[in-house]
Amino acid sequence: MPLGLLKYGLSSEHPAPRFFRDCTEPKKSYDAVIIGGGGHGLAAAYYLAKDYGITNVAVLEKGYIGGGNTGRNTTIVRSNYLTPEGVNFYDASVKIYEDLSEELDLNLFYSTRGHFTLAHTESAMRTMRWRAEVNKHVGVESYVVGPEEISKACPQLDISCSGQAPILGALYHAPGSVARHDAVAWGYAKEADRMGVEIFQMTEVTGIDTKGGKVVGVNTSKGYISTNRVLSAVAGFTPRITEMVDLQTPIVIHPLQACVSEPMKPWLDTILVSGSLHVYVSQSSRGELVMGSSLDPYEFHSTRSSLDFVEGLTTHITDMFPFLSNVKVVRQWGGMADITPDFAPIMGKTPLEGFYLDAGWGTWGFKATPISGKTMAETIAKDMAPDLIKSFRLSRFEDYELTGEKGAASVGH
Amino acid sequence: MTSRIAKKRGEWINRDKPLTFQYEGQTVQGYEGDTISSALWAAGINVLGRSFKYHRARGVLSFANHDVNAMMTDGVDTNIRADVWPVADGMDIKAVNTIGGVLKDKNKYIDYLSPFLPVGFYYKTFYKPKSLFPFWEDKIRKAAGLGEVNFNYPRIIKPKKFAHCDVLIIGAGLSGLSAAVKAAEQGLDVIVVDENKQAGGSLTYDYAGEQTTADTLTSLLGKVESNPNIRLITDAYAGGFYGDKLVPLVGKDGITKVWAKSVIVASGAFEQPPVFRYNDLPGVMLGSAAQRLIHRYAVKPFNKGVVVTANDYGYRTALDLASVGVDVVAVIDMRRNGAPRDLSQKVRDKGIAVHISSCIYEVIPTSDKLGVKAVSVCPYDDISAGADSGHTVRLSCDGVAMSAGWAPAAALLYQAGTKMRYDYSVEQFVPDELPEGVFAAGKVNGVFDSKARQLDGQRAAAEAAAFLGKTVDVVTVPKVEMAPPSHPYPIVEHPKGKNFVDFDEDIQVKDFINAAKEGFDNIELMKRFTTVGMGPSQGKHSNMNAIRILARVRQLPVEKIGTTTARPFFHPTPIGHLGGRGFHPHRYTAMHEWHVDNGGVMMDAGMWMRPAYYQYRGRTMSAMEAVQEEALAVRQQAGMIDGSTLGKIEVFGADATEFLERFYTGKFSKQKIGESRIALLLDEAGVMVDDGLAVRVDDEKFYVSTNSSNAATVYREMQRNVQLWGLQVTLVNLTGAMAAMTLAGPKSREILSTLTKADISEASLPDGNMIQAEIAGVDAKVMRVSFVSDLAFEIHVPYKAGLHVWKQIMAAGESHGIRPFGTDVQRLLRLEMGHHLISHDTDGLTNPYEAHSEALLKMDKPFFIGQRSLKIIAKKTLNKKLVNFVLEKDFTGDMPNECNLVIEDGNIKGRVTSIAYSKYLNRVIGFAFVAPEQGSTGSTFSIRTDSGAMVKATVVKAPFFHLLDNDGE
Repeated sequence: MPLGLLKYGLSSEHPAPRFFRDCTEPKKSYDAVIIGGGGHGLAAAYYLAKDYGITNVAVLEKGYIGGGNTGRNTTIVRSNYLTPEGVNFYDASVKIYEDLSEELDLNLFYSTRGHFTLAHTESAMRTMRWRAEVNKHVGVESYVVGPEEISKACPQLDISCSGQAPILGALYHAPGSVARHDAVAWGYAKEADRMGVEIFQMTEVTGIDTKGGKVVGVNTSKGYISTNRVLSAVAGFTPRITEMVDLQTPIVIHPLQACVSEPMKPWLDTILVSGSLHVYVSQSSRGELVMGSSLDPYEFHSTRSSLDFVEGLTTHITDMFPFLSNVKVVRQWGGMADITPDFAPIMGKTPLEGFYLDAGWGTWGFKATPISGKTMAETIAKDMAPDLIKSFRLSRFEDYELTGEKGAASVGH
Repeated sequence: MTSRIAKKRGEWINRDKPLTFQYEGQTVQGYEGDTISSALWAAGINVLGRSFKYHRARGVLSFANHDVNAMMTDGVDTNIRADVWPVADGMDIKAVNTIGGVLKDKNKYIDYLSPFLPVGFYYKTFYKPKSLFPFWEDKIRKAAGLGEVNFNYPRIIKPKKFAHCDVLIIGAGLSGLSAAVKAAEQGLDVIVVDENKQAGGSLTYDYAGEQTTADTLTSLLGKVESNPNIRLITDAYAGGFYGDKLVPLVGKDGITKVWAKSVIVASGAFEQPPVFRYNDLPGVMLGSAAQRLIHRYAVKPFNKGVVVTANDYGYRTALDLASVGVDVVAVIDMRRNGAPRDLSQKVRDKGIAVHISSCIYEVIPTSDKLGVKAVSVCPYDDISAGADSGHTVRLSCDGVAMSAGWAPAAALLYQAGTKMRYDYSVEQFVPDELPEGVFAAGKVNGVFDSKARQLDGQRAAAEAAAFLGKTVDVVTVPKVEMAPPSHPYPIVEHPKGKNFVDFDEDIQVKDFINAAKEGFDNIELMKRFTTVGMGPSQGKHSNMNAIRILARVRQLPVEKIGTTTARPFFHPTPIGHLGGRGFHPHRYTAMHEWHVDNGGVMMDAGMWMRPAYYQYRGRTMSAMEAVQEEALAVRQQAGMIDGSTLGKIEVFGADATEFLERFYTGKFSKQKIGESRIALLLDEAGVMVDDGLAVRVDDEKFYVSTNSSNAATVYREMQRNVQLWGLQVTLVNLTGAMAAMTLAGPKSREILSTLTKADISEASLPDGNMIQAEIAGVDAKVMRVSFVSDLAFEIHVPYKAGLHVWKQIMAAGESHGIRPFGTDVQRLLRLEMGHHLISHDTDGLTNPYEAHSEALLKMDKPFFIGQRSLKIIAKKTLNKKLVNFVLEKDFTGDMPNECNLVIEDGNIKGRVTSIAYSKYLNRVIGFAFVAPEQGSTGSTFSIRTDSGAMVKATVVKAPFFHLLDNDGE
């Protein structure tokens, strides 16, 4: 047992301070307001304070922190994308994640387990090679492996997938990791708060006040706040915010669902994804299998679960692992994924001065939490987006300069 | 020593069927109808498992399918819930998650470390230095989890069943059964489901030492069973509530998906434990668990016991305990007013002492800490929730029954979208606003009095009937004045802790208080930080107490705290049940058997199976040899491929031409009957989606083909746009109805002409034209195509005639050296021809300008899908270009693969999309995306192979056949 825990047993009063203050009444004005207390918004607040000394910042969260997609994803972190822009960006995120527990002084359970994207068809194998080649070029450790290497890493996997979709190979991505997603939000909140950022939970933004093409304030359920810099980092609620400022984006909202099994002794050490079978699965440190599938095929603004999803997912899980037939699903849930036409995010400035957008995170937002926070903080501080996110600008949709990540989204879309 | 008692009326065990089984190496007797826990308890075995975190000994808690500390494995299956799982003769089981057995579990030392493992301890350590985290993580992972998975467990495939009804009633207790009878009387088709083996709910155990409850059940069940409108399903639980009132009923044999017109949730309530030090010891159980043991399994819960209660149910339990000879030392009532006089008098009459305004301060464990030795009782102020630990009295006993209140089993109501509110008259959450067609009755609705529950069931049934259009009198449920069945704060703090709130996760009172201190003072954050309710029981016995503690910490009323979201499943549900039969449809073409019989090496192509190539006539060749041989046959004589998987759509109606003009990039208005045009489909962004052929059949009719993989997509998009544009067009998807084959090669016309009287000469049937002709006696569409060969015929016939026509052509071609060829061969042949494949040579962003397809864009049309985007794209400079390339003659180096990158000056310029060796051309040829400046004929570029070698490629014109005449390019 680590010595750091001794104090908890030896002191009569619980020796741990609050992670973050209980802020209730916002001030009249802030240097910047961040809408959305998820991982992205909190990370942006943290880096604004840390990298740029901008601490007079309010984070407004309509529910509780980390309660949106930050707490609903399947916690996978990876950088094996398809475009060099994407690979560079997510690789920068992975690099921050690797040291983030120490930086935030909180164990995020960042666990590098290796990530296999299974290919069941020749065309999937081609895409794997494409991704591997681009990754390799950029310096990210990804390569195509055959069934033997997959079996070695996961001997329990039925390589024939019960005869339904034999596995031809996989894209192996060594840095693939999982983390405790809630803790990422808490850690950023804790450190941002320590530097002076104020986090308001149960505080909803009801309008954005503009004057002459510039942001001048926000209306909230706790009153008016004046500010000339506003970041929207609200994932599935992005359309609700952008319509407040008449900003058009090509974002559509699709439900994305996931589920967990009962805890069992660890046996699955790697992270497995199958595009053809629409499955991704890893085993948490609690022993639960965390399982997800592809987006629901319809636009829908809801976090309601469907039976259809879990029926499809479990069918395919037993294709891969027939012995799981009698293992039980404990809980299923849904999130709202903000999907863009090219499966890359929308980050940076907007035509409205002082209004910054961090959106379009679809199924790939959690893994980008640190780097999106860092780059959005820079964008806000300098009123200019750094090169790393230039190809994710909103105007690319007007300019026909898309960043095609469709092939790298983890499961079929 | 057995604690089995004399036969009880209505008992669930079958005394004629005794059985024996092994538990942790010990032989145990039981009866058919026993659960594992009841049989063990009857045998005097009280340690049924170890807890998840601290490995504390645990016994029975609820007998209601949330005793997750008593989970077993039989070596085949794991995480078997002992409280509800039936024993079987010869079973050999042990508790999960122990090292060295449940009594001697080596991990029990963790309990002593618990002061050093505060709430969320794992967030606070193990990460400095970073390099040690994997070490700690490995330890944590090994300690986590419950049972071990059996990797040899068979795949279980259980087909789903389906059912429909007017009213689905969830819960066959007093209110549910009353609702069923009432609804059935209105002529409604009723399904009642209950997770227990027998119907009756609390009528099967809450007797209070009398028989009236049993009489009520007998009479009610009689009415239910004799009513043909009622289907009673027991031993199955409603797993969740989904859209359109879909409720899966999960039974031992699989899932029945029920779509109900209305749903009555009468799922009752979960008894909640009061919280005090050592409330988790084996022998401490819920009052309802003690009652279940007595009445269902005829087992005496303990010999000498104490009841601690904060409602009247504890008194009823005491009477039940006394009725089977338990020496009930006292009823400890946490309330200041105690129970109504007649009830407490009944208890006193049995010689049981009643202490009001008292609580159990702590349980005194036996010396081995595996059981109860005594309880320490002290005064309790139920308003300040203060225990006066200075005045404790010790009562010796070997068991404790607890009744502090109830939490509604409202998970399905939440999932249905019900708004709940906190009702102080019952001290629980009750439905406030129910969705249309959903009703609640009984305890889940905050109705506890037995007469009122019957009426509440009838009321719900009457409302359901009215909702379904029946005329029915309103039933009113009179409010019964009674003390709240739940205590607002049944929580006794103790400086030494071990007063458990969540038994799944070993969470104590101080964990909640400390979590709140650390800022996790919102119920959702508290849940995530403490993990309350995240264990396998999903908070059935812990969420309500967690809410009460947080309310007290924050000094807010309970309704301001709210509840966490209750998500499916109601109980953990087997993956095999959910997955069902594992439906993976495959489609076979009409010629499938022929391919298999003739050595076709079959590959999946979407849902279809297609030959990649043939090990023709029993020969064994490498894939490479076979492909080259089949390709040569096409180039030199003739070959035929089964093209039945092509999308085939008939488009007809007054606006058919207009529709194609808008849908595709080409011009169709002046297309003559019998002519075909390339049908290139883009998306709104101008990205290439599909290319097929559209043949005009008559003035208002086209026959359109699509790529095999896009058949469904194109048809769906056509349907969508016909609707969107409001055109008079009818679409018929003939993909499965028609077989198709392509006969290609220099001898193809000669072969085909032996089977038809039609004129298929070059003059009558030039490339790009179609005729309707009889082929081998079958009415066919015959089209000249040039995808794989300059001379080729695509023949479409009805599915049933496909095999016949195929065989006839193969026979006719025999003397000409005809060969069947597969999809791998087709890939090579079209490559030689210079035809790219959409989504193979293009990707999700490729526009026609990048893929040499400008000629197919009729930009002067008023509109087509993607045209608006193309007008913008046309003004921009291209950033990539699809080109044809060759490797050097007699190339012998490291062969590039598809998707190898084109690299120039260390930058990615593009990638290889297709590459193959052509024996016919004796060259390696391919397509690649390159930078526009590398795209002109004769320019060269470099491909980096898998191994990192750089290979030079030269851009050439297509088709590649000029390579045959021109050595120097």
